[in-house]
Amino acid sequence: MTETFTPPTRFAVPGRIDVSNRAAAVWQTATITEIRRESPHAATFRLAVPAWAGHLPGQHLMLRLTAEDGYVAQRHYSIASAPDDAGHIELTLDHVEGGEVSGWFHTVAEPGDTVEVRGPLSGFFAWPGDRPALLIGAGSGVVPLMSMLRHHRARGLDVPLRLLVSARSPEELIYAREYGAETTPVFTRSAPEDVPVGRMAAAHVAPLLAEQPPGGWEAYVCGSNGFAEHASRLLVAAGQPVHRIRIERFG
Amino acid sequence: MNVTRGFAGRPRVPNAALPPGQYDAGDDWPVLSAEVTPELTPAEWSFRIDGLVEEPRSWSWEQAHELPASAYEGDIHCVTSWSKFGVRFGGVSLDTFLDVVRPHVSATHAVAYSHTGYTANLPLADLTGGRAWIAWEFDGEPLAPEHGGPARLLVPHLYFWKSAKWIAGLRILDHDEPGFWEQNGYHARGNPWEEQRYSGD
Repeated sequence: MTETFTPPTRFAVPGRIDVSNRAAAVWQTATITEIRRESPHAATFRLAVPAWAGHLPGQHLMLRLTAEDGYVAQRHYSIASAPDDAGHIELTLDHVEGGEVSGWFHTVAEPGDTVEVRGPLSGFFAWPGDRPALLIGAGSGVVPLMSMLRHHRARGLDVPLRLLVSARSPEELIYAREYGAETTPVFTRSAPEDVPVGRMAAAHVAPLLAEQPPGGWEAYVCGSNGFAEHASRLLVAAGQPVHRIRIERFG
Repeated sequence: MNVTRGFAGRPRVPNAALPPGQYDAGDDWPVLSAEVTPELTPAEWSFRIDGLVEEPRSWSWEQAHELPASAYEGDIHCVTSWSKFGVRFGGVSLDTFLDVVRPHVSATHAVAYSHTGYTANLPLADLTGGRAWIAWEFDGEPLAPEHGGPARLLVPHLYFWKSAKWIAGLRILDHDEPGFWEQNGYHARGNPWEEQRYSGD
């Protein structure tokens, strides 16, 4: 055992973009301009960030709230909006049970309130719109994938894009009115008539791999750890190369 | 200070062990790996140290387990803001491995690499002096695959992305060479007490 070790996969590919460290280092004031309900548990918060440096679909930011005594709570959130909306970004947040930050957004926040953000952050999950994209998300895991879908539409990109999105029920499916032919929803608890109920399965993933474009898909998976483990195994079993699966897990 | 209207936050529990900007995750242990969890058995696992050392070598699972056991009991801190208190890892101190290979006097840094191809860079000083381990047990049980099992690097005084899961080896260098997250905008060292989250912090 003296030979040089070669990893069995080439996972550690560089990020899709060069990350702007300057933008990531600065906290900026963000003003809530609009709140839209997406589902019983999720709402979209539109923020005006005048000096926003711009982002790529799939990137996230760090957000912080400060109490009067100086106590600070900060969290990472994916950006839901496409990059083209100068000076504005949108976040879609689940109301997490007992969550001090999401709880504030869902029960206190009003247009005009200010919070602080820094970003955009991280290049690994970014999608510049170059490679064919196979997007798989569950619950609010669809948020960064929606930024990709919106970008794809806003720019009229020719590169293929498909979205598999899992939700408990049609009522819980966020962005339901925005999906088109590129999207297949999967419902795990209740579904519209004629739509089967059940977990995402090989039967959902295999057809997408079968119709993969030349050069193959770049796969982006986002959701809870349990979902990410399940979906990534489905992808591997269907033949998607491990080093072309990018995963973002809640935590 | 930019006070958020109407934000009270969680009850304040004074906790000197909580680095700035972190919260106590309690019993949760979030999984944040960016890659597919590998199906790696102990028989397939190996750990190697090479680069600027006198005697590069590799250890199999059995050979690593013949080394003196060492445990870490304390806290871990993730850059995504959660900290976890009172965890207990079992394995072997990295000093034990490094004593065998003997890094050159010119050695200053290391790149830790995983069986998945993941990498993280660390100053050699953060890997020595009883502050780093190769860990294969958590709370007395085998380390779960999604947490890096069969074995991971453990460097608990730095943000946890430095504690490479599915550890395959260390390459000892005389310069710093950014790893996976470090190439994606994260800090070269990642000291939670100085809140070194992103490059430029």
